[in-house]
Amino acid sequence: MDWQALLLTLRLATLTTAILLVIAVPLAALLALGRSRWLSLIEAITALPLVLPPTVLGFFLLVLLGPRTAVGRGIIATLGHPLAFSFSGLLVGSVIYSLPFAVQPITAGFAAVNPALVDAARLLGADMPRLVGTVLLPLARRSIVVAAVLSFLHTIGEFGVVLMLGGDIPGATRTLSIVLYDQVESFHYAAATRTAVALLAMSIVALVAIYATGAGRGLGREMAREDRRG
Amino acid sequence: MIFGPSGAGKTTLLRALAGLERGGAARIAMEGEDVASLPPGRRRIGFVTQQAALFPHLSVNANVGYGLHGMARDARVVRVLEMLRLVGAEHLVGSRSSHLSGGEAQRIALARALAPMPRLLLLDEPFSALDGKTSDELLARLQPWLRERGVRVIQATHDATDAFLTHAEVVLLRDGQIVAQGPGFEVLQAERERLARSLNVAQRPAS
Repeated sequence: MDWQALLLTLRLATLTTAILLVIAVPLAALLALGRSRWLSLIEAITALPLVLPPTVLGFFLLVLLGPRTAVGRGIIATLGHPLAFSFSGLLVGSVIYSLPFAVQPITAGFAAVNPALVDAARLLGADMPRLVGTVLLPLARRSIVVAAVLSFLHTIGEFGVVLMLGGDIPGATRTLSIVLYDQVESFHYAAATRTAVALLAMSIVALVAIYATGAGRGLGREMAREDRRG
Repeated sequence: MIFGPSGAGKTTLLRALAGLERGGAARIAMEGEDVASLPPGRRRIGFVTQQAALFPHLSVNANVGYGLHGMARDARVVRVLEMLRLVGAEHLVGSRSSHLSGGEAQRIALARALAPMPRLLLLDEPFSALDGKTSDELLARLQPWLRERGVRVIQATHDATDAFLTHAEVVLLRDGQIVAQGPGFEVLQAERERLARSLNVAQRPAS
């Protein structure tokens, strides 16, 4: 068992999920409650990673964030190294790749909150942050859990983006799914089986934990919805 | 008093006044101030809807105190208790808001709407969950309090007794249009005449 890769994978999944929740909550509030015409565009853009082939996403990030572009040069100046072939690059890629898995369940959860409650809160003087914090989040708790689990599991299983952007660097970008790929390529099937089982086990443990708390009752529906949409 | 049958647009009118409907009114004047451009939370309007719309995850106290966000904690507690006493719900202090009866919920919703001392109170069939005697008693407590603080009230109802037996100004709404406006008994009289005329017209061809 490649413990370094396992820890790296868990670290990537945890950080990605944390960042996604921070980004997704305000975005979801905007999408669920907003009235601007631009919102359909924003909604479409956040859904893009669902249909984009992961390798394409990885490729574009490689090029767009590389030293040939102004953005890329800015990143090199700030971080001291390019985004590609680094953990930070993987993090950026993972966040974009799993964005819809976080935004869509939370948007649905917020939209499902009784509009009369939103109206009442507005009339009593609640601004958007207060509305989200005191009314939407408490009443859409289950959707937050769904978003977190989906993002976490989606990141663990990530391959195409990591392949393009990562560079297979042990300790930095060599995630478990890359390890599995390498092991199969070099015919180490026994090791590959162990790696695959580890990946499977992580997914099962996460899902069971969620279903056991009862929050999972929405998860099946959410995943079915994602399948149908994606 | 806004009077009209179901579907006439009473709720929509109230919601438009509160700023909850998109588009519509160009100018809404309150005390000489045009509030149409203000967000609902800044118009100093209290609104009690037919369904009380209490926050189910918050206690009764937290519900009533929701609009008192800027207030110091002690002052807020005092105001909340004062409001609960006003609507005759002191016994519900500290309760969870999810197990209340319809009538209790409406009282709490009323307390919540009045706590921030609005200048206008909008009521959408607010006493539908209370029996006649209870709602009379509640009104009797409220009216002096409202009058003292200069709070104007606009109430939507489809109950003719409510609408025409008060001394209030009545706005008669039908199919989204205001068809009559004036003191209750005048509007009632005009309606009676209109009905009589329409019956005469119907009878003439037969004879």
